[in-house]
Amino acid sequence: MIKNAFHKFADSTKAQIIFFAAYVLITAFGLFLLSDSVIAFLVLLLSILILYYLKLNVRIKWALGLLIIAVLVPFAASQGSSYQSFMDVGTLVLIYVAMALGLNIVVGFAGLLDLGFIAFFAVGAYTYGIFGSTQANKFMPFGHFPVPGDAFWLFIPIGAIIAAVFGILLGIPVLRVRGDYLAIVTLGFGEIIRIVFNNMDHPINITNGSMGIPSIEPPSFFGIPIGQPSQFYYIALVIFMLAIYVATRLEHSKLGRAWKAVRDNEIAAQASGIPLVKTKLAAFAIGASFSGMMGSVFAAKQMYIDASSFTYLESTIVLVMVILGGMGSIPGVILGAAVVIILNNQVLTSLSTWLTQLSASGVVSVPDALSPAKMQRFIFGILLVVFALYRTKGLIPYKNKKVDAAHLKAEAAVKTSQYEEHPEAEGTH
Amino acid sequence: MSQIIQLLPQVLVDGLTLGFVYAVVAIGYTMVYGILELINFAHGDIFMTGSFVGAGVLFTVMSMGFMSSAPTMVLFMIMILVAALITGVMGVGIERVAYRPLRKRNAPKLIALITSIGISFILEDAVRFIADWTTGNYIITTRPLFQHKFTIDFHSVFPFFNNATFQGSFLVVSIVTIIMLISLDLFVSKTKWGIAMRAVAQDRETASLMSINVNRVISVTFFIGSALGGATGVLFLIQYGTVDPYIGFILGIKAFTAAVLGGIGNIRGAMFGGILLGLLEMFAAANLSTITHGAMGSEYKDVFAFIILILVLIFKPEGLFGKATIEKV
Repeated sequence: MIKNAFHKFADSTKAQIIFFAAYVLITAFGLFLLSDSVIAFLVLLLSILILYYLKLNVRIKWALGLLIIAVLVPFAASQGSSYQSFMDVGTLVLIYVAMALGLNIVVGFAGLLDLGFIAFFAVGAYTYGIFGSTQANKFMPFGHFPVPGDAFWLFIPIGAIIAAVFGILLGIPVLRVRGDYLAIVTLGFGEIIRIVFNNMDHPINITNGSMGIPSIEPPSFFGIPIGQPSQFYYIALVIFMLAIYVATRLEHSKLGRAWKAVRDNEIAAQASGIPLVKTKLAAFAIGASFSGMMGSVFAAKQMYIDASSFTYLESTIVLVMVILGGMGSIPGVILGAAVVIILNNQVLTSLSTWLTQLSASGVVSVPDALSPAKMQRFIFGILLVVFALYRTKGLIPYKNKKVDAAHLKAEAAVKTSQYEEHPEAEGTH
Repeated sequence: MSQIIQLLPQVLVDGLTLGFVYAVVAIGYTMVYGILELINFAHGDIFMTGSFVGAGVLFTVMSMGFMSSAPTMVLFMIMILVAALITGVMGVGIERVAYRPLRKRNAPKLIALITSIGISFILEDAVRFIADWTTGNYIITTRPLFQHKFTIDFHSVFPFFNNATFQGSFLVVSIVTIIMLISLDLFVSKTKWGIAMRAVAQDRETASLMSINVNRVISVTFFIGSALGGATGVLFLIQYGTVDPYIGFILGIKAFTAAVLGGIGNIRGAMFGGILLGLLEMFAAANLSTITHGAMGSEYKDVFAFIILILVLIFKPEGLFGKATIEKV
């Protein structure tokens, strides 16, 4: 009975649209009224996942998704006092999704396990951090710093390019190393970058060492300064859309197929004429550029950066996002990143405050050491192990693009017959 | 230049201490890699767990009235044995839970690597939690056990050297590691289990045809590697006095560097690589500032270890004593 009803529902587009519209309106209204409720916020975000599973036209889905993320969520959340903190989490989700998409290219598509991925994020962040604050005056012989807030937009592509250069610099020596050695070399590289950034206050003060770079200039948009998380949300959203666009386009391109071939069997791929060096370097460079861009945004948003934000733990958290969502699966990675960030920044902190309140009122006594906000490593460790053991393909497994063999053959037949009729047509252009 | 030479004896003593620690931990990596071709990321954290177990044993024994006057040597033996036993069993357990199911499924190597990262995170937080809960602080400092100071009078024999001083713990660490290294070497080369281990490392399938119980050999390997790692954790605690739950990560990476330096899979190579890396690192820590005229201080010593790792992997990935392998489809 229920199964039948479900099948009917799955087949009927109209029913789905009505259900979805009702869900979104009710949850948005709920968030609008309850304003500070974390649960209402999360339930509204869940609509994106529901949207993914609806059987609708892809373009309509994208349009609806964008509408929800860009208009409905900020509007519904705007009533309460937690508006900025919700938007802050939203911005972080977008930043990390873009990073996870970058890592997905390296790990999921090309099969190169990178354990120092956060280094590229750091490179992007420091690029804007140094020039967007008075720090650059300390070593630059010319120019006046900080650069004005309008120049921030330039730093997004600059961050991407510099991170890509670092990606290639890492890639060139690392190419000779394969498999699990690669993991450890990239880990070493990540640590080197962190330690160097943490100590470059002498002999020339470039990164201000462990003191970090304070008071980074907020970006401005045609003279309007951008300082609120609700404004950064839109910057992150634009880059996030760009990252999704590039990642989905690349996935089925010639390069994307080459990556997957290298992942599945390096030597066989090489034998089939895939240039290994170029393919791997492209993966490193493109993956790194995603996090370089978001690094600049992160620096501008935080207005303060130091090397402690770029530890091995952060690299692993990005890896957890990819594994949790499903290696190589773009929708999976987006879901994974969203789940991890919301878990880390919203659910765990809320649980911690709740438990502290309970302890304070004497209902239960939870030792401070067990406070959920401190158990990050434990939780992410468990997630890694459980998913690696029992659900290797992640929450939304990667699906190969379906190819209709009969259709392709028919197409090929048409082409051949055309060629036989006009063999000279091929050669003339 | 003269300053560098003056400091050499002290660098030698400190470097050897660190090198012994690296050497034993490196053996754990190299043994597991030799058999499973897996970088066991959790090994560094098993080392760390060993040092905390040692500290726990020390605190428990001290709190028991009748034991508080026991000789230091007895106390030390109890610490190291309990730590080795617990971490050994833990190693076997980790292999059972996290690696064996993957092996049965023939999962890609990448997946096993990811599980081991997960296990290492779980261990770090579990230890932090237990330490924090029981003592109120996750950084643990114990009273020094062997604090008698010795001075080797290099200066009177070779006037261009300074004297080197060390604590009694240095002697204990060196003697215990040398005993561990020699007995392991004998175990691997002489006993039946050792031969089985080498056979499995060489060719797992053929070994299983020769009626070797491969799974059991792997368990034994994990037990020995982890027990050695845990025991070294206790040595580390005795030498440096302070441990925190995050020491395992960086030390583990360096020990892995040592294993790669000596040729991964090669036990004697790992011993040599560990000692060499310890010496190099201490030399760098003591002299980097002098060599670069203050531009780089000892805080770069970790970078130094990573650069060695990267250079070895790029130019001589088979290590100093390893054999080059040919990759086949």
